[in-house]
This record gives sequence, structure tokens and C-alpha cells, in this order.
Amino acid sequence: MTTDVGTAGAAVVEEARGKRPWISPLNQRRWANFKANRRGYWSLWIFLLLFVLSLFAEFIANDKPVLASYKGEILFPVLVDYPEEKFGGFYAVTDYRDPVIQDEINANGWMIWPPIRYSYRTVNNFVPEAAPAKPSWQYDAKTRCSQLPQGEADPNCIVGNWNWLGTDDQARDVLARAIYGFRISVLFGLILTIGSAIIGVSAGAVQGYFGGWTDLIFQRFIEIWSAIPVLYLLLIVAAILPPGFFILLGLMLLFSWVAFVGVVRAEFLRARNFEYVNAARALGVPNRTIMFRHLLPNAMVATLTFLPFILNGSISTLTSLDFLGFGLPPGSASLGELLKQGQRNLNAPWLGITGFATLSIMLSLLIFVGEATRDAFDPRKTFR
Amino acid sequence: MSAPLLSVRDLSVAFSQGGNTSLAVDHVSFDIAKGETVALVGESGSGKSVSALSVLKLLPYPAASHPSGRIEFDGKDLLALDEKALRKVRGNKITMIFQEPMTSLNPLHTIEQQIVEVLELHLCMGQREARQRTLDLLKEVGIRDPEKRLSAYPHQLSGGQRQRVMIAMSLANEPELLIADEPTTALDVTVQAQILELLAKLKQKNGMSMLFITHDLGIVRKIADRVCVMTKGKIVETGPTAEIFDNPQHAYTRHLLAAEPKGKPPAANDDAKPVMAGDDVKVWFPIKQGFFRKTVDYVKAVDGIDITVRKGQTVGVVGESGSGKTTLGLALARMISSTGTIRFDGRDINKLSFNDMRPLRHELQIVFQDPYGSLSPRMSVSEIIEEGLKIHEPKLSPEARDRRVVDVLGEVGLDPATRFRYPHEFSGGQRQRIAIARAMVLKPRFVMLDEPTSALDMSVQAQVVDLLRNLQAKHNLAYLFISHDLKVVRALANHVIVMRNGKIVEAGPSEQIFGNPQTDYTKALMSAAFRIETAPVGVVSE
Repeated sequence: MTTDVGTAGAAVVEEARGKRPWISPLNQRRWANFKANRRGYWSLWIFLLLFVLSLFAEFIANDKPVLASYKGEILFPVLVDYPEEKFGGFYAVTDYRDPVIQDEINANGWMIWPPIRYSYRTVNNFVPEAAPAKPSWQYDAKTRCSQLPQGEADPNCIVGNWNWLGTDDQARDVLARAIYGFRISVLFGLILTIGSAIIGVSAGAVQGYFGGWTDLIFQRFIEIWSAIPVLYLLLIVAAILPPGFFILLGLMLLFSWVAFVGVVRAEFLRARNFEYVNAARALGVPNRTIMFRHLLPNAMVATLTFLPFILNGSISTLTSLDFLGFGLPPGSASLGELLKQGQRNLNAPWLGITGFATLSIMLSLLIFVGEATRDAFDPRKTFR
Repeated sequence: MSAPLLSVRDLSVAFSQGGNTSLAVDHVSFDIAKGETVALVGESGSGKSVSALSVLKLLPYPAASHPSGRIEFDGKDLLALDEKALRKVRGNKITMIFQEPMTSLNPLHTIEQQIVEVLELHLCMGQREARQRTLDLLKEVGIRDPEKRLSAYPHQLSGGQRQRVMIAMSLANEPELLIADEPTTALDVTVQAQILELLAKLKQKNGMSMLFITHDLGIVRKIADRVCVMTKGKIVETGPTAEIFDNPQHAYTRHLLAAEPKGKPPAANDDAKPVMAGDDVKVWFPIKQGFFRKTVDYVKAVDGIDITVRKGQTVGVVGESGSGKTTLGLALARMISSTGTIRFDGRDINKLSFNDMRPLRHELQIVFQDPYGSLSPRMSVSEIIEEGLKIHEPKLSPEARDRRVVDVLGEVGLDPATRFRYPHEFSGGQRQRIAIARAMVLKPRFVMLDEPTSALDMSVQAQVVDLLRNLQAKHNLAYLFISHDLKVVRALANHVIVMRNGKIVEAGPSEQIFGNPQTDYTKALMSAAFRIETAPVGVVSE
């Protein structure tokens, strides 16, 4: 072949590459369908906004300043733990809420605080009445700051120190706990969902593609596996191992992948006899490539429509375990624990209401997104 | 002349999706007189089925709409009727037979239940009476032993029998108009001839009118009184059948009439080197029964076939559906296991494992029947074609691979600039060209073509046949051409094998088979395919 033809060919290549759409037309249509569902579309944006905000919870609600300047040195207390020695104290960790430290830093520089000056485990030592205390805006200025050393004149009697949604029975800020609780719930749900999707889809794919004995043995195994009562197991494990985020995640992951196997297996069973799969076999394409390139996209539609609902399920499971006391370790920010406090302190309705509102808004948003996703993937659905 | 039974005036049908509206039928008008058969002819996408479906308002409303038009039946405008009034017309005055006999019957109900349901619904018959009438109907449509068939489920019947049951259902209420939407397209040629004969007979007897939708001009000539030729949503020519066939006015009609696959293959050359040879090839599927799944018998799909495909030559395999021709092809290509020797280039490949076969795959390619199913909808044309190259020539640089794709697309007559589009953006004929390109890019020596033209329009079939013939001449390819369509086989094959029930009925050079068939079965196939005539009972399957 002469170079002439070669360059002409390359020119054609370049020209056509430019025309190639970034996402396939099928996915463009799905995205258009998804956008046409206004409720789902807005839910997705609101949820993403809340989730991204909560990822930066340390910068929104924390008992440390975001930025401080001390004797000409710029400090990042949110990111770095400075020992108290630095400011003339003797503890290993600095308590920036301590008036002495505050005075010291303010005298030699300045501090920028996050809008809410409590972390999820910060105990407010100056609650106006015995915890649980009402939301700060329900008190007048005098009562609100009554426990501070200098009363209303105290420099800490400011909006940043308000408990916007009150405190729980250990005098911790409810809003801060809700923000951190939202984050940990969504993260737990996401990791669990993605993890179980990977395991479940692989297992379903292998069963559906190979069929026969592989399928039969795997199916029986899954039947036995899913017959194990998860709650009992959690109780037993909770008695042996210290509870923690990853132990809980691992335990839940052992059982939650089963949900995906059914759909994916059915999809692979159906699609393995498609003509384009046969065509790929005739080309000599290895099994693994056929599964990934030709069959998995089929199964992904079913999996994707499932995902938001599994995510919701994971979050509610975590919440209910927390509520029962078998979830995250004591002291961690958890919505289930908040609900439990609400149940125990009926005189403090802000606890229950906050827990309920956070959970229901989060779950509803996810369900709306899930619904819109499902409809967007439905080829028969026409939006007008 | 009295007022027509059905009068369609200025009918338009629009489909809207995502804000885009496309006109599928554009101001179409035609009449059907009492006792007349009118055929709507056109290629796929011409709007013929949509026109017919709108008569009974069976389109997916509200995505479909009628911007203009009236459909008058019995002095009423069907388009203006509400759902309730329409139900009285559907299945009663106007009935319909669909293309797919496999899916248009409910698989969970017996034949009796399905027919009796119609009778009870529209004629308010009692159970006894309905049963008797069902028996009469089944007898009328030529189902043997109707008493035994009453309790059968659809899967226990053959395609032809199912279509007969569908006809019985649609005749149950003695309709005035029968709409037949490609009722024989999914059937074998021999069964097609039987069904058409039955329809003509029943029409005569009951004095009903028929609206017949088809793409096959041979059928039109046989059955229709008048023809409406449709293309791109418009009727371009209307007239009595004889007139249209003898003296077509419109350019499109002439194009349709000239569209049959033509030309002749090069003469058979028995001296050419054999590329693929099967000796006593058998594919037996075991029938297992009992608790221990003991093999009690075999379904002999392919039962001892000898076949030789030579370099630059084509062997056509013909037969009715279920005769084992596709199974034979798959066995030769080592897609399913078989016994006997299969020699490729003199080497027995029937003992090789799947992995050992892989290096040979690029010399031994398959083109499948359905161009809609055989291309992955999620891959672009370029990805589809280069998939094989990536496996068999992994050392090829992306640029060189792309050049091969561009070359092969040019070879099959597609614009290489379109290679980053997805299959759904192409028509059926173009898709089949892509599938052929996928096989050709590997430079194979043997290609198995499994009904590559059956899903295509007549004029596209002719183009694909020409393309295949050119490719064969250029690369000296050996083809195994499997088809039930004898017209295409005649245009392409040097050698023909006629199969029935897994065995060879007749084999020989194609001039001999087509010019002077020896067995009754081959003769019946020929007359059904070329003249749409039925054979005496017993020669072909029912």
C-alpha cells in the first residue's frame, strides 16, 4: 500500500472520529427520558448537593476552627491535630472550645470557625437546662447563655454556638449529628450496594452464562446461604467482635449480594443464545470477553434499575441495626441512635422529628431517583 | 357499483417520540368492495401494516395519532368511534390474522378455550353450541382430527397448524372483512401455499372481503383482485392485479417487479480443491426420561450427511424448517458437537476442542439470518467489525486495524465514514452488509451463510446476493448457503442438497435439481416456491 493511500485513510479516520458522539445515542435517549421526569431529575440534584455537602461535614460542623493564625503561623486545625503545648497548655489534643485556648489564640492571631461549632461528638458544657436541651432559638438570649461564665456578655454567646436543632440527652448537637449521620448512612449504603453489585453480578453472570451443573450447584448454594438468619448472626458476631463500620459492612455484604443474582442470571440465560453472542463465539471470542462485552451491558440495565432500591434497603438496615443497638459503635453519628433517643425522650420531640425528617427525605429522594432511572431504561415508555 | 364495504380516505398516521413527530402513513386512500381481495404491497417501513392496524385502531395510542383521514365501514367512521363501540367491530365484523403464529396464540390456553372465548364473547353462545361450532371451524380450516386437537396447546402444533387455528378464530364470527398481515411470511413455502389456498377457498365460501398485506409479489399475483403499491407512507399506484403486473406505471412498482434475485452462479466445477468436507455427519439430541435421566431415544436432527464444499463454489442446502439444515451448518462450523469426520483443508477438525478451534475460526466464518439480532446493539459498527481482528491478529496496530475496517466496508458497499454509528441507525440490508463485513474482514476461506437474505426485502435480497457473488469471485471463497428460499438458492448455488428430517433427499448440481427434480418432495418444494401451488397430501409436512 502506498503512503498516499495511507494518509488519505488517516484523514478519513480523523474526520469520522470527530463525529463520534461522546455517549451512545441509546444512553442519550435514556438521559433525555430521565430528565423528562422532573421529580426524579430534581431529586437527583438535591440529593447530590446534600451528599457532596455532607462529604465536607468537617468544614460545616466541627469543634475546631477551619483556619487559625497563631503567632504569625497559619494553622489548619480541621486537618491537623496540634498538641495543646503549642498554645501553652499540656493536653495532647487541643480543645479549641476551651475559653482559655480561645483567648490565647485570639490574643496572638485569629481563628475562622465553621458555621456550626460542634462536631457529632462534641458535648456542649453550657446547655441552658439539663440535656436534652431545646433548639437554641426557642430560648431568649438571657437563658440561652445563662450557663456561660460571663452570661450574656460572654464572647461565646454567639449564633455559631447555637444548637439549631437542640441537643440530645448527652448534650451533643443534633444538627451536627444529623449531618454526620447522613454522610455515614449514604456512604455505608453506597459501599454495600456497589460491593454487593460486583459480587452478585459476577455470580449471576457465571451461573447464567455457563448454565447446567454450574448453575444448579450455585443455585442450591444460594438457597442455603440465603436461609441463614442474618440478624441472629449479627447478634452472635456482636458478642464476639467489637462493632465497627467495616465489620458491619463485611457481614452485611456476605448476604446482600444474593439480591442481584436472580436478575443477572436470568438476563444472561436469555442473552447467551442471542445471535450476536453466537456470532462472537463464531469469531472465536473467549468466554470472558463475551461475558463482559456482549452480555454484561444487557444485565446492567436490570442491575441499574435495581441499585437505588438496594441502596435504600441498605440504609434502612443500618438504621434499624443502630436503633436496636447492634450497629455502629457507641458514640458514632448514627441516625438509628438518634431515633432511639427520640423514642426514649418523648419530652424532646426535636430528636425524633430530626431523625425522621433526615431519613425520610434521604430515602424519598433516592426512591424518586430510582423510579426515574427505571422509567428511563424502559424502552416502551414514551414521555410526552 | 354499490358503496364499498371499507373506505379509507386521506388516512395519515403520525408517531411521536420525545418531541419528534414522524409521519408513517401520508394521506392514503383505498376502497374494498364486498367480496374483494385488496393487497397492500410494499417493502418494510412503507407503512402498509400501520395502515391496516389503524383500521381497527390497534396502534399504540397516544404515541400514534391520526392527523387526518376517515375510515368508513358500514357507514360509520371507525376513527371517531369510542373504545366500547370499537370492541363490537373488532373480532366481529372485522377480524385480523397476524404474521407470527408463534406468538399470536396464548401459550397457556388450549385451542378450544381460545376459540370458544371468541364465540362466547361476541355471539353469546352456550358451551355446547360453542364447542360444536369450534369443531366445525377447525374442520373447515383443514385441521385433521379436530376432536383430538381441541385440548392441544399451541406449542403442540406446527407453525402451519397454528396459523390455521388463527384463521379459525378470525372466521368464528363470520366477519365481513378479514385483515391478513403477512400471514404466511413466517411459514415454509409449502405451508404458505396451503394457507393461501385455504384463505382463497374460505373467502369464496363466506363471501367476505380481504385486506391482504404482503411484501411478496408472487402471493399478490396469486390471491389479490386489486393491488395498492405503497412506499414511504404513500400509495403510489392502484389497479387491478393483472394490469399492475403487465403494465406498471410508477417507477417504484417497476422497481419492485424487477427486484427478484437474478443471475446465475458459475458452473459447478468438481475439480476444485475441497475446502470443507463432512463425512457421515450426525447430530443427535438425546431425549432423556425418568428419574435418572436415562436416554431413551434421540432426535436425529442431522442423520448421516455427506457434503463437500469446494474452493470458489457454493453448496446450497434447502428444506423446510425443522429439516436440520441450520444444524448441519452449525455442526460443520463446529458450533455444536457432532459425530462423523469434518475435514477442513484435509484436516479432521471434529476432534478439536473449543480452544484448539480458535486459531481456525478466522478461516471459517458464519453470517447469521437475522441482521437485527446478530449485531450487538451497544457496539459501533467499527467495534463490531474489528472484534475478530483483535483476537486473530492481536499484533495489528489500531491504525492498521482501522484501515482494514475501512477497506472491508468499502468492499461490502458501505460508506466507511459511517463506521462509528450504531447498528440501529442502519436499514436491514445495510446491517446484513455489516454482518458480511465482520466475516470478510478476517479473510476467511469458508463462509457458512445461514439464511442471510430471509429477513430482508426483495430488492435488498437481490443486492445482497450480488454482493455475495462478487465477494466469492474476488476471494475464491467456499460458501455453504442455507436457505428455504429457492429463488435465492438458484441464483447463488452450484450444488444443491435437499434435506428432510435430517437426511438428504436429493443432491446434485443446481441445474439438475432445479431443471429436473427427481423426487416428489423436491418437486413439491419447487412448485410451492415458484408457482405457489400445493402438493398432494402426504408429500410435504402439514
